[in-house]
Amino acid sequence: MIRRSLLKLANPQLLALIGVLLINWLLFPNFFRVTWQDGRFFGSLIDVLNRGAPVAILAVGMVGVIATKGVDLSVGAVMAVAGAVAATMVVAGYPAPIAVVAALVVGLLCGLWNGILVAILDIQPIIATLVLMVAGRGIAQLITEGFIVTFTDPVLIYIGTGSFLGFPMAAVIALVLMIIVTLVVRRTAIGLFIEAVGVNRAAASLAGIRSRMLLLLVYSLSGLCAAIAGIIVAGDIRGADANNAGLWLELDAILAVVIGGTSLLGGRFSVPLAVVGALIIQAMNTGILVSGFPPEFNLIVKAGLIFIVLVIQSPLASRLAPPRIKPVAKAAAK
Amino acid sequence: MSIITKLAIAASLATALSTAAFAQDISGKVVGFSQIGSESGWRAAETSVTKQQAEERGVDLKFADAQQKQENQIKAIRGFIAQGVDAILVAPVVATGWDDVLAEAKDAEIPVVLLDRGVDAPEDLYLTSVASDQVEEGRVAGNWLVGDVGTEPCNIVELQGTVGSTPAINRKKGFEEAIAGHDNLKITQSQTGDFTRSKGKEVMEAFIKATNNGADICAVYAHNDDMAVGAIQAIKDAGLKPGTDIKVVSIDGVPDIFTAIAAGEANATVELTPNMAGPAFDALAKFWADGTEPEKFIITESKLYTSADDPQGEYDRRKGLGY
Repeated sequence: MIRRSLLKLANPQLLALIGVLLINWLLFPNFFRVTWQDGRFFGSLIDVLNRGAPVAILAVGMVGVIATKGVDLSVGAVMAVAGAVAATMVVAGYPAPIAVVAALVVGLLCGLWNGILVAILDIQPIIATLVLMVAGRGIAQLITEGFIVTFTDPVLIYIGTGSFLGFPMAAVIALVLMIIVTLVVRRTAIGLFIEAVGVNRAAASLAGIRSRMLLLLVYSLSGLCAAIAGIIVAGDIRGADANNAGLWLELDAILAVVIGGTSLLGGRFSVPLAVVGALIIQAMNTGILVSGFPPEFNLIVKAGLIFIVLVIQSPLASRLAPPRIKPVAKAAAK
Repeated sequence: MSIITKLAIAASLATALSTAAFAQDISGKVVGFSQIGSESGWRAAETSVTKQQAEERGVDLKFADAQQKQENQIKAIRGFIAQGVDAILVAPVVATGWDDVLAEAKDAEIPVVLLDRGVDAPEDLYLTSVASDQVEEGRVAGNWLVGDVGTEPCNIVELQGTVGSTPAINRKKGFEEAIAGHDNLKITQSQTGDFTRSKGKEVMEAFIKATNNGADICAVYAHNDDMAVGAIQAIKDAGLKPGTDIKVVSIDGVPDIFTAIAAGEANATVELTPNMAGPAFDALAKFWADGTEPEKFIITESKLYTSADDPQGEYDRRKGLGY
């Protein structure tokens, strides 16, 4: 197990991340400059960690879903719902911990709803989660009554903008979550079960895996992660913006998982590499912002870079790669 | 006082009186209002101000929310025609595809007033359109900054709206027109913040890092207030004082920017008034009274607000409108 994860360190994802960071450094020489200011680190690299955290957290939830050959399109909308719940509750006078727990429970229930549609009603995941993707934003707007609900609660603001040991709170939460989920799936058999269901659900069920429970679990986790990301995003702007919070982030999360080497056809997955995928995306975004390109080029530059990253990871490229990476890459290509 | 002056006064008095009478005249009229939806706080405020304006004038307002879909708007307008309303207000979601339904309204002799956005249709198909001048909004913001910095050199960073959207293009154009010819003012960075708070904050964070940790920025110009609110937080996080170290000027006039102005964290905003219905009802009143055809394009005022304009009071007036 440990040997396998060491091998993975040489994977294209980390090379791509380093490549993007180096490009940023060429375009903006101060990119790696990190200073200490007001009791925390301050610099573009820290921005990448901080801004990448919501998508990284979504990716931690999404990777399990995609490994079961599913997809969760609702995470962006669930972010908006969770942010709306947390914000309206603190504004209504509830203490912040209760508001946060309520938002997390709502996220969990949203995930459970998706899980029930997929696991019990056997609806295709893309359609099942589309329901909540569309309805969720409406629910969030109902909760906020169409306003941007702003708050001054110090706890919620700390979750979004505070720092822990000098690092942004959002990045710390993402890291802790990544470690916990990685340990749970890799130190127990759950990870293997998820992969088994993703490769062939019928065969996995016949082999004695309770695939329904497992699907409910991964979709609930995805909902929970979305709620955490939603609370962070709301805390960051000190308000719940039901229209825009998490808008299109489901696509970034799916992209992060795919860049992280997990196939949309299910099976082999890696939580840490999905987080690296999220960081690659954010490194690109931050790089575009500091480089001074006109905004009309944002999407073209991003698409071009993603294309290069995906080509590097393609089965063809891994066949041409040096033999050291070959065994892992071949397995991933299957 | 010459007889001519007396006559002139009498005439203007009569006009004033009859204008007042027109305002009463439309009470009891039935007006249909097809709104785009409630995608933004401003849109929600426009809806509630329209309802207020109708109530003040005693107009029976039939409200239809189109949920961002043109087919819903067309259905709503056909519904209004079938009900035989006296007039129709439309905030069109897109510019094209209105010819048929507008022609139906014209055949039914129901005047149509466009609110907030224009359409690509022959001008004789609608009575008038009420909208703001987005280039002027940018110009007013730019002129304020030109006046405020005087002859000092000033590096400006710009938070643009969504790339390619009409307000982003026009507000950029107006601002650039205003600062043209003032060589001490220069836009050094310009990126899109998608009109949202979180993107505004993220982009401003990057700008601060790219400009010697904010020391080289004199002012930020945001195409809307929400991005400015996000930028203010980014400036604070960088240990700088928004409003003093970096001036903040933006457009829209949403309640939260007035709070920021009152706190000295923002300097100026240009209001995009949500009261598009007031001028529309006035035009309808004149049209019904004596058939006066209003101008085809009624432009609302782009009013500048600074800390001298009672920002707290402006906040209180706006907070209940649905922003």
